[in-house]
Amino acid sequence: MTTRRDFLKQSGFLVVGFSAASIASETPTLGAALQTAAAPQPAPFVDPDFRQLDSWIVIHEDGRATFYVGKTDGGQGVGTAFRQMMCDELDIAFEKTELIMGRTDITVDQGGSGGSDAIETDGWPARRVAAEARRILLEMASARFGVPVDQLAVSDGVVTVKSDPSKKISYGELIGGRRFNVTLTGANINATTGAAKVKPVQELKVVGKPLQRYDIPPKVDGSLKWAVDARVPGMVHARNVRPPVAGATLVSIDESSVRDVPGFIKVVSKGNYVAVVCEREEQAIRAARQLKVNWRKPSTPPFPKSEELFDYMRNATPTSLTKTGVPNVTGNPDEALAAAAKVIEADYEVPFQGHTAIGPAHAMADPSNGQLTIYTNDMKAYGLRNGVAQFLGMPREQVRVIWMEGPQVYGRTAADDAGFEAAFLAKELGRPVRLQWMRNEETAWDAKGPAFTFKMRGGLDAQGNLTALEYRARVADYAHIGYNETDTVLIAQLMGRRPSSPAPGGAAPPSEMYVIPHRRRETHVVALPLAWETPLRVGNLRDPNGPQTTFASESFIDELAAAANADPIEFRLKLLTASTQDDNQFKRARSIAVVKAAAQAYGWDARPSRKPRSNARILTGRGFAYCFRSQTVVAEIAEVEVNRETGRVWVKRLVCAHDCGLVINPDGLRNAVEGNLMHALSRALYEEVQFDNEKVTSVDWVSHPTLRHVDAPAQIDVVVVNGDPNPSRPDLPPYGAGEAACKPTIAAVANAIYDATGVRLRRVPFRQERVLAALKAARA
Amino acid sequence: MSNVTLKVNGKTHTVDIDPSTPLLYILRNDLGLQGPRFGCGLGQCGACTVIVDGAAVRSCVAATSSIKGEITTLEGLSKDGALHPVQQAWIDLQVPQCGFCQNGQILTAKILLDQKPNPTDAEIRESMNGVLCRCMTYYRIQAAIKRAAQKVASAEGARSQEAAV
Repeated sequence: MTTRRDFLKQSGFLVVGFSAASIASETPTLGAALQTAAAPQPAPFVDPDFRQLDSWIVIHEDGRATFYVGKTDGGQGVGTAFRQMMCDELDIAFEKTELIMGRTDITVDQGGSGGSDAIETDGWPARRVAAEARRILLEMASARFGVPVDQLAVSDGVVTVKSDPSKKISYGELIGGRRFNVTLTGANINATTGAAKVKPVQELKVVGKPLQRYDIPPKVDGSLKWAVDARVPGMVHARNVRPPVAGATLVSIDESSVRDVPGFIKVVSKGNYVAVVCEREEQAIRAARQLKVNWRKPSTPPFPKSEELFDYMRNATPTSLTKTGVPNVTGNPDEALAAAAKVIEADYEVPFQGHTAIGPAHAMADPSNGQLTIYTNDMKAYGLRNGVAQFLGMPREQVRVIWMEGPQVYGRTAADDAGFEAAFLAKELGRPVRLQWMRNEETAWDAKGPAFTFKMRGGLDAQGNLTALEYRARVADYAHIGYNETDTVLIAQLMGRRPSSPAPGGAAPPSEMYVIPHRRRETHVVALPLAWETPLRVGNLRDPNGPQTTFASESFIDELAAAANADPIEFRLKLLTASTQDDNQFKRARSIAVVKAAAQAYGWDARPSRKPRSNARILTGRGFAYCFRSQTVVAEIAEVEVNRETGRVWVKRLVCAHDCGLVINPDGLRNAVEGNLMHALSRALYEEVQFDNEKVTSVDWVSHPTLRHVDAPAQIDVVVVNGDPNPSRPDLPPYGAGEAACKPTIAAVANAIYDATGVRLRRVPFRQERVLAALKAARA
Repeated sequence: MSNVTLKVNGKTHTVDIDPSTPLLYILRNDLGLQGPRFGCGLGQCGACTVIVDGAAVRSCVAATSSIKGEITTLEGLSKDGALHPVQQAWIDLQVPQCGFCQNGQILTAKILLDQKPNPTDAEIRESMNGVLCRCMTYYRIQAAIKRAAQKVASAEGARSQEAAV
């Protein structure tokens, strides 16, 4: 039988399977233990059976445990949180465990990451199987000592007889290196369970502790193997050659233009997909730049120029693909607006914004022995495996994906595309191929969050009460690409594959609990001229539409509060408290609580915006915004300084009150929330995809600026709201925290700029020159 | 191709390469180092940073033949098995999210503290401004630099007290 170690040696890549330093120091017993448990085998790669306890947990002879979960970690500490949850249920010390994530051949298919659901959804089966392992181990100890289970105690992986503590046995002694052979039940993987129940929240000891993330030390000392570091003997390097103009057709390739490049191996092309392969990386980069390709431009422009985008969107005829286009109407908004004492109208605009990962998309594919192994940071490793197998016409059992750490992934990144491309090239060459995109390729061609226009109307009665609200959005999200789809990944599009019909984005309306008697909400999808083979391809970018829709809705609520001469928080609290009706997870009560918590943490004094005029060079102001995402509720306050002479905005302080139910790791949560705030701040101040009517022109960190060190706030307060106001709050389950806090930030910043200057910015991003022009126009 | 000799993290290596190749690819693909990473290939982001004779060098745009001094990469920062105070501060404050850019952040911070052991907030922001992070961990990075500066200062204070005794 092949052990895991032998197998990895045969594949020539000993270290790659161990994704953190804690795992890299493989104990001598580990290989032997895995031989009998979750040992990976060469192809065929059989799916680990989620109904087998051995697929989730291996106890080694030395009492250590290895957990296997089908999630990935984009840098938000999900791995540490899973270990905490599973340690608690198994009753084992955190230090005695390790976690393997996202390897399709040895971890069960939990879909990888996405939707902020790792802890909220996938944490449950992980907890239940760990509880089941504990139950089985207690039964084994009971048989060993001839003592009923209820007479036994367990702590840190050691079972003790309560009446005679000298009688004790460790998990390692009970089962170390052997299989549980326990079949679990459950209709699907999320429902996986044994007979054991998870512990009540009051008994959790590891959950709730701010344990340090295990992946940070090897990231800080340089010892971690990332997906970019994957290499095997015989590996060659590839670079793509993209069409210079969107929608261009390949006419011919002059291969002689690169034959003089040292190490040149091959030009690979199919349809409009072109790549070069060389022995060394720098050679592939040179060959890709040097290759002469004849392209034919499309006869009509693929898209309007970025300066004309919003007019184009407003004038376009909406497509019939309006998943959310049917107006959601409450009461009679038209009548209510006609009867209102004051009607406010405003338009808002958000451009396309990209993922633009700090490390361009990459993957390495090894086709040795007729099987295919793909090393990637793709957050959806399982989808990549299935997609590549289908794309290449290979049996699934011959393909596996090994997830490794990589640059941040907040949705549908180009990691999907690079995975397919590396796999295709490896199969074409019959050699292991490492592919990486270049900076301009990543920034121009990665999937974009869609652009929006909004038209808002609101009506106030004579007392300043909000009686009617109309929200009409248009979103350039016609052909929304999913994850690892064989007809929408970039290489498939360039080869001429198309889905039978485009999938429209599902841009949901903004999320809040405001009580407004009359309202209308509708979203229409509009299409750009070129739907496929375009760098303006739209896919999920963190949340995926909340930052845009919340910018419009929470800016507009602020405009209404100002028109009513009301304090922005009091105005919102009035709308929140106008009903006592709540859902069974207290979302209304928790919304009210986070709004108050944010105000308290900031030291908010009630007054209407804007702030009394000042003639100072630096104007200061504060802005508020609130929303929820699924069951996670957040309220944020931004304090800004606006330089009246330069237009520069500095967000000096950010406060975020955050309630995501049960907290697994408070510091991990804070770090994830900070990341959300700062990412959204970058989108508020800088990020915008720019293009002429042939190609994207924002292609590097000069033409596509991002938040920098000088922009960091001087103070960030993350208030983890807990236990208030409902006595039953501590029993709430954990909800997702990966995305909620990125939603209100842009609006909070816009509202703060208005408070400081009296100028309302309705167009994202608030770059210096745009702010300065707005200040001058308003003589602010 | 020609033989080029590089001194990296205290070891000498001779590699047979095109000397105009950017140093990054030699460090990663010939010497197997993984601290410096490709981020932009344009010298704009800092993910590829290495230290050469005490100064930050963007290895993605530096021709290997132009490197005359001793190179230190992230892997070479610890001494006698002990992490550099900057690295330790990064762990203490749990700085990274994905961590991909942190090589450049840590090495640039180390150089800053070598030159200015007690930097002001403004000096930290300005010195670090050219190193980009797309998880935007700047807030924790800046706090960690201050923490490292304090730790170094208090360790030196203790040493000088010992010397005085």
